[in-house]
Amino acid sequence: MVKRRARFTFPTGLITEPVIFNLGRDFDVVTNIRRADVREDVGWVVLEIEGNEDEIDRGLAWVKSMGVRVDPVTGDVVDSI
Amino acid sequence: MSYAKGLFCKECGRDYPIEPINVCDFCFGPLEVTYDYESIALNISRDKILKGPHSMWRYSDFLPVDTANAVDINAGFTPLIKSENMGKYLGLENLYFKNDSVNPSFSFKDRVVAVASTKAKEFGFDTLACASTGNLAGSVAAHAARSGMRSFVFIPADLEVGKIVGAAIYGTTLVAVDGSYDDVNRLCSELSDTYNWAFVNINMRPYYSEGSKTLGFEVSEQLGWKAPDNCIVPGASGSLFTKIWKGMNEFATAGLIDTPKTKMFIGQAEGCSPIISAYDANDFAIRPVKPDTIAKSLAIGNPADGYFALKVIEETHGGGYAVPEEDIADGIKDLAEMEGIFTEPAGGVVIATLKRLALTGQIKPEETTVAFITGNGYKTREVVEHVANPVLIKPTFASFEEAIGVRL
Repeated sequence: MVKRRARFTFPTGLITEPVIFNLGRDFDVVTNIRRADVREDVGWVVLEIEGNEDEIDRGLAWVKSMGVRVDPVTGDVVDSI
Repeated sequence: MSYAKGLFCKECGRDYPIEPINVCDFCFGPLEVTYDYESIALNISRDKILKGPHSMWRYSDFLPVDTANAVDINAGFTPLIKSENMGKYLGLENLYFKNDSVNPSFSFKDRVVAVASTKAKEFGFDTLACASTGNLAGSVAAHAARSGMRSFVFIPADLEVGKIVGAAIYGTTLVAVDGSYDDVNRLCSELSDTYNWAFVNINMRPYYSEGSKTLGFEVSEQLGWKAPDNCIVPGASGSLFTKIWKGMNEFATAGLIDTPKTKMFIGQAEGCSPIISAYDANDFAIRPVKPDTIAKSLAIGNPADGYFALKVIEETHGGGYAVPEEDIADGIKDLAEMEGIFTEPAGGVVIATLKRLALTGQIKPEETTVAFITGNGYKTREVVEHVANPVLIKPTFASFEEAIGVRL
């Protein structure tokens, strides 16, 4: 079992969709929200996801396929020239 | 000695000890170093700084490391150059360029990596690492070579080899990840949780970012112990922008300069301008973007310090500008042709932002303005290759005079 931290950013069309609830229901992971800011046109959530590593990967792949942006909680760490 | 007391969470305020951690355990917010400012004020003076080394380490009292074993490639204390021609062109009487393109590995990254690698040694790490395709990679590899530490640089596998020679030459291990930038992003975050390595901008980030304050210190000292009226800074993660402001304020707290009344301006490329988009919308919510810009050093779609950069703009009554992509190369060319400084696209963004601010009257003619040039143009020659148009002549005087006559 591992814990991974992530930041989800929701576009306007997904603000009212229960993405995190469905992530916990459809994949064998436990989600734990630590901070969030949800507005009319954009929302972000910082959370921890606990579970088997492969299952977390599958769950996050599904979240991305829904159109939610998934980032590390630290922000972008790749530094270009 | 270091006057660093601990770390605190910038979101919820929780305190943490000095450890290689960068994220609050409770709210996952970013951590920042706190200092014993009273002791710094008692021990620092202009005279002490003036007697210090000609490098960023002259400001060691304000840095979170013990400099007895500093990893030192002589970064910092770069020239602050008064404008000869661009100032006149723009109607600015006191325009300066802070030329960080002449650091040892040719970018301002040498400042932040110097602090990160020194702290990494203090923590007992034997390996430095980063995810980078350019300036950071070179600086990390150079500092690792100097200190005898191993280093790993993670890059996307489809990156042109030529782009990374500037890091490879120092003997680093290049790890080419068969994936996108997002994949490299995610992988490095996960590796930093697993391996006992110092990822300079992940688990070492609170210390790493403090190195940028030295730009604020130097400019204040070089202007005769006063902060400028305006700073124009390129914006990627937003960290450099916030730390320059922090540095000038720390100097004031220590009694070295008066309280700064500087207006802080941030420049981004239009193809990746999440901070400016929020600023223009009068909003503090950063909406991440997918970067599509020639200014690769500013291509951070989800800026870690974006919100804090917006707070600095608000606090200082500054501003920002998203430079159209087609104006970036012109900015590089103008700086080279008018001042003899060859910068990379981030510098082109700064110059284009400077021009915009001058022409719209946001910078007054008599104010002291500093434009921060953070990287060297020789690393990104392909962006301005079009300027190389040699005049073709036959090997005769007549041909030469005819051709140059035409040119003149």
